[in-house]
Amino acid sequence: MGRVTAPAPLEIEKTESAEESFAVPEPDVPWVTIVHNDPVNLMSYVTYVFQTYFGYSKDKATKLMLDVHHKGRAVVSTGTREEMERDVQAMHGYGLWATLQQDRK
Amino acid sequence: MPGHFEPTSGGGAAVALDEVEISIIRSLAVQLLELIGPGPAEGAPEDPLAELFAEGPSEPPKDPVLRRLFPDAYGGPGGEPVPPKEAEEQHAHSAEFRRFTENDLRAGKRDNALAVIRSLDALTTAGNGGAVLELSAEESVQWLGALNDLRLAIGARLEIADEEDTDLLYRLPDEDPRKPMVMAYLWLGGLQETLVETLMP
Repeated sequence: MGRVTAPAPLEIEKTESAEESFAVPEPDVPWVTIVHNDPVNLMSYVTYVFQTYFGYSKDKATKLMLDVHHKGRAVVSTGTREEMERDVQAMHGYGLWATLQQDRK
Repeated sequence: MPGHFEPTSGGGAAVALDEVEISIIRSLAVQLLELIGPGPAEGAPEDPLAELFAEGPSEPPKDPVLRRLFPDAYGGPGGEPVPPKEAEEQHAHSAEFRRFTENDLRAGKRDNALAVIRSLDALTTAGNGGAVLELSAEESVQWLGALNDLRLAIGARLEIADEEDTDLLYRLPDEDPRKPMVMAYLWLGGLQETLVETLMP
């Protein structure tokens, strides 16, 4: 499962600097974790990761995996910036290529 | 079952490996460990709290393998041009993310590679140098991560950037110097594919 070992004081520090860099906060705009396609990761492995880490059903995990494969990327989770940083770190732990960004709609 | 993991009754997995296969996996795992580097706590016993608060690097690694294993968290694969101000912001956020996560990520990948080496060293080989490797469920998960990291590493060394590159590698002539690496890459892919099947929820 996700490896979350950053100690609490660091998290607090992170939040402070996040507030600094966003002078105009947009609390209603959620953040998203995006997984990008790459030719090395096996389709079965990517599906396994989505099921195991996010707890998605086989159908949902497979659909997301196919989106990554065919469209080049897929949004795999949505939430606060801190939550998405946790998900991205977990994806990097599994060897998936993931980034986070604020959802642009 | 050569080259194929099969599920075991205890929730783990097993595969028969010959002498050469054992030595290839071990050698690749050792190379990966050397590339990832030693943990901050290795050597003299240090204050565990100091280690907990140690900050990681802020810039991406120079080596292409490490850059693939520890990618930027903000930005994405390029292609889409972003305004300079936004690019600068993404760079700063990626640097901060890296400082707080890369040490942990390196530790996780190191643990997986070490687990692979330990389980290979614990094998009792038969007269022909081969053995049946039996993994517990927990070891299977570590092996799965390590096999994936090894394939990412070889993929980066072979400069596999898209599906067409993979297709080209399949058709390399025998005398191509990359051929042995490609064979290892494909073989590890088969191992990983069959291992993930045993772990599917």
